[in-house]
Amino acid sequence: MTREVIGMAFILVGIMFDFFGVLGLVRLPDVYNRLQAATKCVTFGSAGILLGVFIIQGFNNFGFKALLGIVFIFLTSPVAAHAIARAAHRSGIPLTKETVVDQYQEDNELKD
Amino acid sequence: MTLQNRSRLFVFIFSFLVWLALTSVRDMEEVVAGLIVAALVTIVAGKFLITSEKSGHILRRIFSAIKYLIKFLWEMMKANFHVAFIVIHPYLPIKPGIVKIKTKLTKDSAITVLTNSITLTPGTLTVDLSPEKNEIYIHWIDVLSTDVEKNTKTIGGKFEKLLTEVFE
Amino acid sequence: MRLLRWFIGLLIIAAFLYGNFFIYDGIILYKLINVILFCALFVLFRVLFGPSPADRIVAVDILGILIVGLLAILGLVFDQSFFMDIGLIWALMSFIASLAFAKILEGRYLDD
Repeated sequence: MTREVIGMAFILVGIMFDFFGVLGLVRLPDVYNRLQAATKCVTFGSAGILLGVFIIQGFNNFGFKALLGIVFIFLTSPVAAHAIARAAHRSGIPLTKETVVDQYQEDNELKD
Repeated sequence: MTLQNRSRLFVFIFSFLVWLALTSVRDMEEVVAGLIVAALVTIVAGKFLITSEKSGHILRRIFSAIKYLIKFLWEMMKANFHVAFIVIHPYLPIKPGIVKIKTKLTKDSAITVLTNSITLTPGTLTVDLSPEKNEIYIHWIDVLSTDVEKNTKTIGGKFEKLLTEVFE
Repeated sequence: MRLLRWFIGLLIIAAFLYGNFFIYDGIILYKLINVILFCALFVLFRVLFGPSPADRIVAVDILGILIVGLLAILGLVFDQSFFMDIGLIWALMSFIASLAFAKILEGRYLDD
């Protein structure tokens, strides 16, 4: 019984952060900021949900699959974010007007 | 035992244990199937896991890894509350920009872990690595300074020391 | 003006949460699944109206991670562990798809 209550608490916190991440995806001004908010919050939220499922289920094969899912999400989602950010910058999608500095652009112009 | 064979043995044992955990084993046939699958994985990708001899004591490295993990989880909690605060705020208090930091790590695996940690900690997102692998470009949601040395200390410094102990 | 838009958004979210948790009659897990589907609606907004191609790629990537959490909860509802299998494969495929989209956006193709 206690196990289920703790697991449900983890799931609730996870869904809350999922929601904040998606809100950031809608509200923030350009691709890079959206990527920041969405990657951090949705990764953490989904990991929280899977941890809650693991706590409720315990050490059977459902629980182990959830644990494997946590490891998998933590390894893959930053890599995908990095690839998308680099591709966006190289294909020339502009940063928002509020940007103060872009040292990547400066270095690229130096090389050419 | 050579390095490649040790890597293959490790991959075989690890993938077999994962198989046992994922299928709730009821009879002998599933164990045999698991052995065959683990052998296939070992043949295809066995030699890529351990590629160089590590120095230093194994226990001390595991201890540093646990310390790193705790620090990483704490930073990640902070990152999430930071993003939640920005997103709820009516006026979106952001000051974004792309800055450059230097790194002293040399191994590919260490740099990968460092960039992944930077992506999941407050306000920063890795954009690119320079071809010489000593500079990292980072998108920062709240730029405090544009000085390279100072940014190296604020963004990468907290993980770099622990990662040096773990990987090198 | 900005404050007014923020307030309207807050009202929409509050109305959804009130309807979901106090009017809708179902078990708690169904209510949580509804919240995740509401998040997916926001992501679909970004897929449809994203100003640049990179925005759409980010949205699809985030949708993949959201679905993993949803499938974990769905597995808890029916007490079946094969939902988690689908979730793991979904995360894998969405990761590969994001990398491929990023590569094409950068202007490189299969032979590069």
